[in-house]
Amino acid sequence: MTAPAPYHHAPQGYVSPIPVRRAHLGDALASEWTKIRSVRSTMWTLGVTILLMVGIGLGVAAIAAASEAPMGDEAALGFGFFGMLPASICVITLGVLTISSEYGTGMIRTTLTACPSRARVLTAKAVVFFLLVFSLTTVIAALVAVAQVSIVDAAEPTAMEWLRATIGAGAYLALLGLLSMAVGTLVRHSAGAITVMIGVLLLPLVAAMFMFSESLRSVQQFLLTYSIPSQMISLYSDAAPFGEDGPAGWEPLLIMFACTAVVFAGAFALLNKRDV
Amino acid sequence: MIEAVGLTKRYGAKTAVYNLSFQVRPGVVTGFLGPNGSGKSTTMRMILGLDQPTAGHVTIGGHPFRQLPNAPRQVGALLDAKAVHGGRSARNHLLSLAQLAGIPAQRVDEVLGVVGLQDVARRRSNGFSLGMGQRLGIAAALLGDPQVLLFDEPVNGLDPEGILWVRNLMKKLASEGRTVFVSSHLMSEMALTADHLIVIGRGQLLADMSVTDFISANSADFARVRTPGTEPGQREKLTAALMEAGGQVMSEPDGALRVTGLPLPRISDLAHDADVRLWELSPHQASLEEAYMRLTQGAVDYRSTDDKLAHLQPPVQHPGQPGYGMPPQPPVVQDVPQQGWYAPPPPGQNPYTSPQQQPQPSDTPKDAR
Repeated sequence: MTAPAPYHHAPQGYVSPIPVRRAHLGDALASEWTKIRSVRSTMWTLGVTILLMVGIGLGVAAIAAASEAPMGDEAALGFGFFGMLPASICVITLGVLTISSEYGTGMIRTTLTACPSRARVLTAKAVVFFLLVFSLTTVIAALVAVAQVSIVDAAEPTAMEWLRATIGAGAYLALLGLLSMAVGTLVRHSAGAITVMIGVLLLPLVAAMFMFSESLRSVQQFLLTYSIPSQMISLYSDAAPFGEDGPAGWEPLLIMFACTAVVFAGAFALLNKRDV
Repeated sequence: MIEAVGLTKRYGAKTAVYNLSFQVRPGVVTGFLGPNGSGKSTTMRMILGLDQPTAGHVTIGGHPFRQLPNAPRQVGALLDAKAVHGGRSARNHLLSLAQLAGIPAQRVDEVLGVVGLQDVARRRSNGFSLGMGQRLGIAAALLGDPQVLLFDEPVNGLDPEGILWVRNLMKKLASEGRTVFVSSHLMSEMALTADHLIVIGRGQLLADMSVTDFISANSADFARVRTPGTEPGQREKLTAALMEAGGQVMSEPDGALRVTGLPLPRISDLAHDADVRLWELSPHQASLEEAYMRLTQGAVDYRSTDDKLAHLQPPVQHPGQPGYGMPPQPPVVQDVPQQGWYAPPPPGQNPYTSPQQQPQPSDTPKDAR
């Protein structure tokens, strides 16, 4: 195929005085930052995220500090999990809304008219969302972790445990949000996508809790090991919470990264192919 | 320049657009007309690369929209006034679009001034009226100062002052050498705004011609004849005479007669011969609206019917059928239907006036072309 003639050679009567330059990913990032900071749902979901992480984290630490029971060799960082789990619901909501609100309002058509490259739009959304959620939740998780360690009289955490409880927790929440965004892109409906994600978050663990039958023992073991809450709590320790051979340490983060990458690839492909 | 070639879009069994080919040229306002559901918005979405055509292609300046370099600087579009996130202020909405397209931020305040929304720029747009939403959509279309502009129903919800403004804006944009493509079903508005018309019905091209050509090709002239209202006998007498002379006569709701097929002097002569006085004999030329209605009458998907409130009315006693021995009946004069009747078409070109000869687009096999 021969290269198409430059557009300005086409018989056009009007030339804009505004200098024309090619838009790139940086422009899309600026645009997505404007979008995400200018709607109230961002403030609400992130505000509630902070509230849950700080409130529950400190509350649990205070109860543990007041308790007579010994902590053993467990560090106090693990209490961060109890704030992280409810906070993840807010992050899921924001992740879904970042894309599905555009479908709900029809804004997606305006967006894709202003930037015909679907990949650029989705990449910009993902990058802005990830950086925002990752930096915010990492900072909050670090503050809560410092407070918990100072309040509760327990074993001193190692450097790696500190990293996992702060950067690890932040990255895990941000990846979970990205997974939600990818699901939002596939489902294109806010309520539907949020429901799917909350189901994915909670149902495997709930179902496993009620698998009393011996014949379902292996299924139960799998669900307990790989459900998202179990993965979250194993971020805080070197051993898996249920059984010895489950993922622990940094491994849950890698599993979440792989899942997000796969679903995102599907979202890219479908967004590119589907009518808007 | 927008160029569509054999554009076809199917959604499952429903064919929204079938084999549509047209060109939209720069320098004039091109109106895009069609009844509801005729495929106007689908066509606009295909031009913008939002929907993929099932067959055919559409290009802007020689490129498909999604391959255009600097698409937002070449093409601006208003598709739907409500296609904004209501929680975002007008300014932030436009700012995000400007940033996405690499347009300097001061252009946002410029277009807000152009559409007259500078005072509400920081208000969240879900508090906007439909007219304000249209202005915001027009601002978004103008943001990139593009050469090609598409507007889908831009005057919906605007006040008379706003309609006048849009009309002048379209003309000004076209006079600057831009390509302006405006869809509407407000014929009177198009008659004043557009220079060229593309008319579709049920997804197929019905007409592609200048407004004046369109009116003359599709106009159906008729004569309105009114006999003295005090003497109903005269009306029947004249009707009989006109029908005998080969004219078609229909009755208008106020008692006037609508006559086609006879020139005015002949009607006057016939009335004189029949000894009927006339209170009115007026030529009537179809407006663009009537020309359009007549062209698209076979292509309307959604047609209202009278609300008869039938179950609330007492049963009607049917009079006996006329038979032998009954007095001769006066000639039957059809009423002009309230909807769906227009004067007979000029011969040729309109496929929808004789629908039984024209296959429905959805029945047409793909390889029939």
